[in-house]
Amino acid sequence: MTEKTNRREFLSKSTAAAVGAGVVSQIVLPRGAYAANGDETIRIGLVGCGGRGTGAASQALSTKGDVQLVAVADAFGDQMNNTLNRLSKQHKDRVNVDEDHKFVGFDAYKQLIDLDEIDLVILATPPGFRPVHFEYAIEKGKHVFFEKPVAVDAKGVRKVLKAVEESKKKNLKVGVGLQRHHQPSYLETVKALQDGAIGDILALRVYWNSGGVWEPRRSRDQVKTEMEYQMRNWYYYNWLCGDHITEQHIHNLDVGCWVKGAYPIRAYGMGGREVRDAARYGNIFDHFAVEYEFADGTRMYSQCRHIRNCWNSVSEHAQGTKGTSNIGRSYTTQDGNTWTYKKKQRREDPYQIEHDDLFAAIRNDTSYNEGEYGAHSTMTSILGRMAVYSGKPVDWDKALNEGADAYPWAEENLTWDTTPPNVPNKNGEYDIPVPGVTDVFEA
Amino acid sequence: MPNVTACHKLMQAFAGIACWSIVSVGFAEETAKPKFPNADENPKVAEAKTADDMKPYSQTIPGTTISFDMVPISGGTFLMGSPPDEKGREEDEGPQVKVQVSPFWMGRCEVTWNEYEIWNLDLDVLRREKLKLPSTDRDKIADAVTRPTKPYTDMTFNSGHDGFPATGMTPLAAQMYCKWLSAKTGHYYRLPTEAEWEFAARGGTTTAYSFGDDPAKLGDYSWYVDNAGLEREVNYHKVGLKKPNPFGLHDMHGNVAEYCLDEYDADWYQKLSVIAKENNGVAINPLNIPRTEEVRVVRGGSWTQWYDGGPEHHRSAARYESMPEDWKIQDPQIPQSVWYYTDGTHVGFRIVRPLTPPTAEERKKLKLDPVVPEHARFLQRSTN
Repeated sequence: MTEKTNRREFLSKSTAAAVGAGVVSQIVLPRGAYAANGDETIRIGLVGCGGRGTGAASQALSTKGDVQLVAVADAFGDQMNNTLNRLSKQHKDRVNVDEDHKFVGFDAYKQLIDLDEIDLVILATPPGFRPVHFEYAIEKGKHVFFEKPVAVDAKGVRKVLKAVEESKKKNLKVGVGLQRHHQPSYLETVKALQDGAIGDILALRVYWNSGGVWEPRRSRDQVKTEMEYQMRNWYYYNWLCGDHITEQHIHNLDVGCWVKGAYPIRAYGMGGREVRDAARYGNIFDHFAVEYEFADGTRMYSQCRHIRNCWNSVSEHAQGTKGTSNIGRSYTTQDGNTWTYKKKQRREDPYQIEHDDLFAAIRNDTSYNEGEYGAHSTMTSILGRMAVYSGKPVDWDKALNEGADAYPWAEENLTWDTTPPNVPNKNGEYDIPVPGVTDVFEA
Repeated sequence: MPNVTACHKLMQAFAGIACWSIVSVGFAEETAKPKFPNADENPKVAEAKTADDMKPYSQTIPGTTISFDMVPISGGTFLMGSPPDEKGREEDEGPQVKVQVSPFWMGRCEVTWNEYEIWNLDLDVLRREKLKLPSTDRDKIADAVTRPTKPYTDMTFNSGHDGFPATGMTPLAAQMYCKWLSAKTGHYYRLPTEAEWEFAARGGTTTAYSFGDDPAKLGDYSWYVDNAGLEREVNYHKVGLKKPNPFGLHDMHGNVAEYCLDEYDADWYQKLSVIAKENNGVAINPLNIPRTEEVRVVRGGSWTQWYDGGPEHHRSAARYESMPEDWKIQDPQIPQSVWYYTDGTHVGFRIVRPLTPPTAEERKKLKLDPVVPEHARFLQRSTN
């Protein structure tokens, strides 16, 4: 790969403001400025009919103005009708999906994106497919809402960054599912910190320590092939999920970098697979501890854990020259001044606000592109994972430009009979990364 | 006439137990925890044939080191609801109805994360797996009870775990926990009915609160919007820090709101009056049998400013309706979880154990057993 990302250039550009804060603007309708069909209806297609995809579609359909869901795509067809039934119930007049607009299989995304009438696509499949889906959507001139993480390896991040450049040239709006950027409690705290409420930021601590996620959904005897087995249980396979540091902890890493106004230059880490070690849990780790180094020498300390009955926290904290902050909640200065965020209303739903903001930008044709920080925050998580898997310090530039993590991603022409990148031995066990042995730069 | 035997009985039960003393009610100091005899060491203490035999006991959840305390409540007759002139009264608290409840034990405190997560996160199963311990017959029965999907985030929201009340569960989850606990311990546990809850909360009193009518004293008994503090996102506090009510129950007023079995109905007391009239003026063990999955009565008020944190919501008679739509607002998945309320950080529960467990027929008739909705069943874990 040759397309280099100039990190120094990025850092110098990366002022606090550039790390995207959602702005709710008045909706004025410039007629037909945004829609493929010259009317005021925004037609959307959903790629990935899981719980999150269905949720995102519902939020898109809850935005102001006329929005129609006109097509759905999923590798599996079995949940599609449930998804449509639920959405139809909630949004009676906004779901109009004909039989020939339901696409099933590995190339379903393509058939959906190829539809001329679609203005915006929601990309919510397992993240391994995201770069390919995003690239294709931009190529076809669609606005995009894509879920985090936007890739599972450096190659994917590079692909996304390139497509983001393309999307800017085409004036396409891109929203990424890092909803803390649209959450009033975070917006207010981060603004205060960037205005110097606790002085210069010396260190950050970020956590996603929890009991883990859903259990494997299918056993081997419930599926036909290894590919289907891994797709059904996608969280536990790195080529699909990116491991939990990338799939979940990205939220907190992203907030740390947002507050810092920069991305790290290097990561050091350790981790492993201590408790969640049964074969059915594929090849992901259950804990990571990563120290990120920024260009100015400051550090971000990160932990993520999927082990039950341990100390849990999903949060971000900043230590400044003049005080401390529990980001998204409060800050306290050394002279005893405490500020706590107070909800303005009973219901604050950042998952809705991120769609309100994206759709308002489409309707008003205001500049709106979260793709770059989505990609860089994803890369931050991948950098940490590379440091942990290898047991060695890993530099941002080298990782982004040369890191392959040895996962072929979900390229084209996959079928249910394709052999996934990791296959089990006779005991159903997969190769697990071994710190000190694993080479994260080996293609 | 309010029944006060339970209160007397409790006092008798503590005679000779030296450590039942209220040390103080300061903000940070703890009430001394009573030491109830442990039913695990001596099963007899948790056995009773009549109300007079009932004793307070502590139960260790088998296969763990976690225990909970149960307090005997003799049952009796009381006026449910509030008089028209009670300050802060809402329409749905009347008319007052004469209600009789049968004897039961009730949790001294709200169910804590430590107890709840054994079921919620399969900690008992994990422990047996990792330590290679055998399953008892009771474990096998308990393992057959449905367990929820895992929460995608930390449901304490960084606001305290050990000794803090479990929150953010749906009524289904609270009921399923009771079902599992029953299997695990061999005693029948469930959520309280609204009538049992109010009887217990009043502790023999007829005043707005179990300590009288003066809300100025609320801070000694309750965590509510004015004293819960604002330093955390979730302003619940460890259970049992505040003074107990006359029956020895802590946090009936405040901390977290508590689920009842009943479906909420604003006109329920009107209907109850008719039922009582047809039954010599007394409604016996009433229950408004749920017809919906999630609309329930929540009682006792909580710390939150958004729902039921004010002193008026902490009165013994105050009724509140659960708000599933609101309490799931930040659940990013559709279908939304049948087990978790992402924004229900002020809602928890406490358990009761009726002296006479219901028959299979009664359980069916009163819909006492939790049922996982059809649409959620495919999401239950595979067993590979």
